[in-house]
Amino acid sequence: MAEAKLAPRPLSPHLQVYRWSWTMAMSVAHRITGTALYIGIALFAIWLVALASGPRAFDAVQWFFGSPLGYLILFGYTWVLMHHMLGGVRHLVWDFGHGMEPAQRVNMARFTLIGSIILTVLIWAVAILLF
Amino acid sequence: MADNRADTRVSMRTPLARVKGLGASGHGVEHWWLHRMTAVSNVPLIIAFVIVVAALAGSSYEGAVAIVSHPLVAIILLLAVISVTNHMRLGMQIVIEDYVHDKGYKIAAVIANNFYAVIVAVACLYAILKVSLGRILL
Repeated sequence: MAEAKLAPRPLSPHLQVYRWSWTMAMSVAHRITGTALYIGIALFAIWLVALASGPRAFDAVQWFFGSPLGYLILFGYTWVLMHHMLGGVRHLVWDFGHGMEPAQRVNMARFTLIGSIILTVLIWAVAILLF
Repeated sequence: MADNRADTRVSMRTPLARVKGLGASGHGVEHWWLHRMTAVSNVPLIIAFVIVVAALAGSSYEGAVAIVSHPLVAIILLLAVISVTNHMRLGMQIVIEDYVHDKGYKIAAVIANNFYAVIVAVACLYAILKVSLGRILL
């Protein structure tokens, strides 16, 4: 028998080929938010290390987070975190084989976006009222 | 784009055996499983984390030390750091493996990813322990 031919396995075509859909947009958003959280956690590490270093370092870092830019970053981070969390729960539901029907898929993807915005506003409203 | 896919000519393994990913040691799904397990543990820990951070916002140095050094808060933060840094390490590795096609860059990026995750984890764990254990000695 002749030697087996190298059969190149198909590669997934690039993103531009597809028409944008809710599930695709939220899938891309899940990766982007994950990457943003990955970078952003360094800010939490800096805050903690400053706290462990003493009052001077802490006051400098706390001043930054209390500035308008700091608040903007924290607000953005809250939304990114909530979006990634709800997106992750969506993926866990799919891992168990539920929610695969077309309508369910799209509704879950929409809920990820709407739910993350509602949760973010809710968290900030409660935080401002309580603390 | 470099083609790093397995050479199908030399392998005696069936395509099914390959896609199942269960190598001889049976650890093929470890990455996937740990990623899902930390996803589950992240949910309650992140909810608690958000509450703690909201309480910490705008607090003084003494106030922040008092909150972080509370055993319940410190334990939640330690668990959250362990869960999150593992989850992000696994997630970023998937992103690297999907988008970095050159084998050399891919290996370098995966190594850098592991280093970053460990550095963030150790910095956070050390700081939490220093702040909270220091309080017992006072």
